[in-house]
Amino acid sequence: MTVQELPGAAAAYRPTPPPAWKPRTDPTPLLPDPEPYRVLGTDAAAGADPELLLRLYAQLVRGRRYNAQATALTKQGRLAVYPSSTGQEACEVAAALALEERDWLFPSYRDTLAAVARGLDPVQALTLLRGDWHTGYDPREHRIAPLCTPLATQLPHAVGLAHAARLKGDDVVALAMVGDGGTSEGDFHEALNFAAVWRAPVVFLVQNNGFAISVPLAKQTAAPSLAHKAVGYGMPGRLVDGNDAAAVHEVVGDAVAKARRGGGPTLIEAVTYRIDAHTNADDATRYRAEGEVETWRAHDPIRLLERELTERGLLDEHGIRAAADAAETMAADLRERMNADPVLDPMDLFEHVYAEQTTQLREQAAQLRAELDAEEEAR
Amino acid sequence: MTTAAVKPASMAQALQRAMRDAMAEDPAVHVLGEDVGALGGVFRVTDGLVKEFGEDRCTDTPLAEAGILGTAVGMAMYGLRPVVEMQFDAFAYPAFEQLISHVSRMRNRTRGGMPLPITVRVPYGGGIGGVEHHSDSSEAYYMATPGLHVVTPATVDDAYGMLRAAIASDDPVVFLEPKRLYWSKAQWSPDAPAAVEPIGRAVVRRPGRSATLITYGPSVPVCMEAAEAAAAEGWDLEVVDLRSLVPFDDETVCASVRRTGRAVVVHESTGFGGPGGEIAARVTERCFHHLEAPVLRVAGFDIPYPPPMLERHHLPGVDRVLDAVARLQWEAGS
Ligand SMILES: Cc1ncc(C[n+]2csc(CCOP(=O)(O)OP(=O)(O)O)c2C)c(N)n1
Repeated sequence: MTVQELPGAAAAYRPTPPPAWKPRTDPTPLLPDPEPYRVLGTDAAAGADPELLLRLYAQLVRGRRYNAQATALTKQGRLAVYPSSTGQEACEVAAALALEERDWLFPSYRDTLAAVARGLDPVQALTLLRGDWHTGYDPREHRIAPLCTPLATQLPHAVGLAHAARLKGDDVVALAMVGDGGTSEGDFHEALNFAAVWRAPVVFLVQNNGFAISVPLAKQTAAPSLAHKAVGYGMPGRLVDGNDAAAVHEVVGDAVAKARRGGGPTLIEAVTYRIDAHTNADDATRYRAEGEVETWRAHDPIRLLERELTERGLLDEHGIRAAADAAETMAADLRERMNADPVLDPMDLFEHVYAEQTTQLREQAAQLRAELDAEEEAR
Repeated sequence: MTTAAVKPASMAQALQRAMRDAMAEDPAVHVLGEDVGALGGVFRVTDGLVKEFGEDRCTDTPLAEAGILGTAVGMAMYGLRPVVEMQFDAFAYPAFEQLISHVSRMRNRTRGGMPLPITVRVPYGGGIGGVEHHSDSSEAYYMATPGLHVVTPATVDDAYGMLRAAIASDDPVVFLEPKRLYWSKAQWSPDAPAAVEPIGRAVVRRPGRSATLITYGPSVPVCMEAAEAAAAEGWDLEVVDLRSLVPFDDETVCASVRRTGRAVVVHESTGFGGPGGEIAARVTERCFHHLEAPVLRVAGFDIPYPPPMLERHHLPGVDRVLDAVARLQWEAGS
């Protein structure tokens, strides 16, 4: 019946009710808990596997030493730049150790420690930052994508790889790491959306370390938390204390297991703090107060785990020293190998642009060859 | 063996056939993009693929170009061969970050450890009366990025052969499809498909002695027509179809120019900063002593692509090509 056909003015027009609507899924189970999940210092710690905790501890100590050594190498001019993850070691190490060997890691430029915790040679992990090549390892061999410099662009790669693995029938999971600033990029949105629609076996781990270079989270997003963003994509969001290695391992491990079972992606926000400046080129005193840093120093990931382990009698002075010594050996080896000047072949420049060199590149290679020969002769 | 019936087919059909054959031969080949499934793409180029190969092999993605290309990167990392459709030239721009920062450099940064065999199909160019953002010629942007192959067919045979080659290539290929040639017909037998040869060779479409028209994609038929028209005025024009902009076939181009002594580059994209500048410079550097006149360019104006009712004034047509040919009667000091 159209409006014109309504019988007389007295009968009020009653629009038909709109088509029924309800949310496509119940958003409540997707919502993160209001408090970051914690294990260390809580009752949950009693259930944690002692062997795992000790492994995490050894890796945290090693990671802290790695950060210090790499930062020192920038001061000596051996590294062009190093984005330290001091204070964030629990995220790096615990997340990497939550993966199986067949899984893939998609790190950002700050995630060298995650790569090293997966077993990558510490020197190869620094190749990008030293400047001798863009990636120092074969991604397929280690199942670690190249350390990614543009923000958030590695996230859709992780989704595509996980999707491809599932299409091939492999139960492989991809773990993609990104910073709080990176969550503002369009690629973050596109990756989460694709992952949720495709139910791809991906775990997104946001390390919210408070700052994107100098910009605090409050200027980055108006969302209640970064984990809350998950709901809009139809995937669960989880909040975890990023300085609690046991908690990060459990939350990431759960999400990995769920993804492997075909349960789809998860967005995890690990709440942590960047103790060092963004990189050696940054002056953190311009945008944050020392008091804030001290608060976070008191919540140090290594001390947290150390306290748990010593209270449970799993670690003593001897064990602490052993972990420190092992880290020192790694650092000495790193120092020594990084002090050797890399030998580079300039002709490599033309080697891997295309599967087969183009005529143009062959000509340019010949030009460089001639220049190098002339240099050699002049010497 | 029976002789296959030769039936007329369009470029769009040839492209579809190329994907279909590639998918049938190699289970690693996957097609993804916006509307490529049930609809068969807005130009119907992916028509029927989802029916034959299922949604896992021919996938309607969410509407996000960076996401499409970015996930294709991950798929290629895991050993698949994604063929990505960008719906229109100007809608590929959101994916530039992925293309330039990752697709083009993954082989290089991993020293050959991780090549990405991705084909990015981009319908490009004008002449179909499209509204804004549906007619851009973006080839110069792609050409400026090392690590990408940039190719564009002008014939139905090439559409098939070159797309097969692009999908088979271990390098990423930007495959530019001249959308106003989608429906151009040719005698072409789908049962005896065209030759598949590696990417990178130009061809002489029409031999001639008095000048060379260097062109590609949608401007090839324009140049062929101009060559016929010029014959009436005593010009015997050679037409070189580049087919591949990267890598560039200096050999075929320069051999032609050395024979004819004169050259005009013809394309739709803007002249300033466009492919023609690069081509003219290459030809001048290599053939200077054979040239009887400067290398001229006939290109689109240096304006944003015009609204459809004005596009005929912008697109280089036969008359503009003939005007340029007339200017090749160049004398020193004139
Ligand atoms: C697309 C892009 N824009 C800008 C930069 C420069 N940049 C490097 S790190 C950074 C801040 C990133 O902050 P966040 O994502 O929080 O990660 P964090 O460095 O804190 O780990 C910026 C702006 C970049 N790498 N990529």
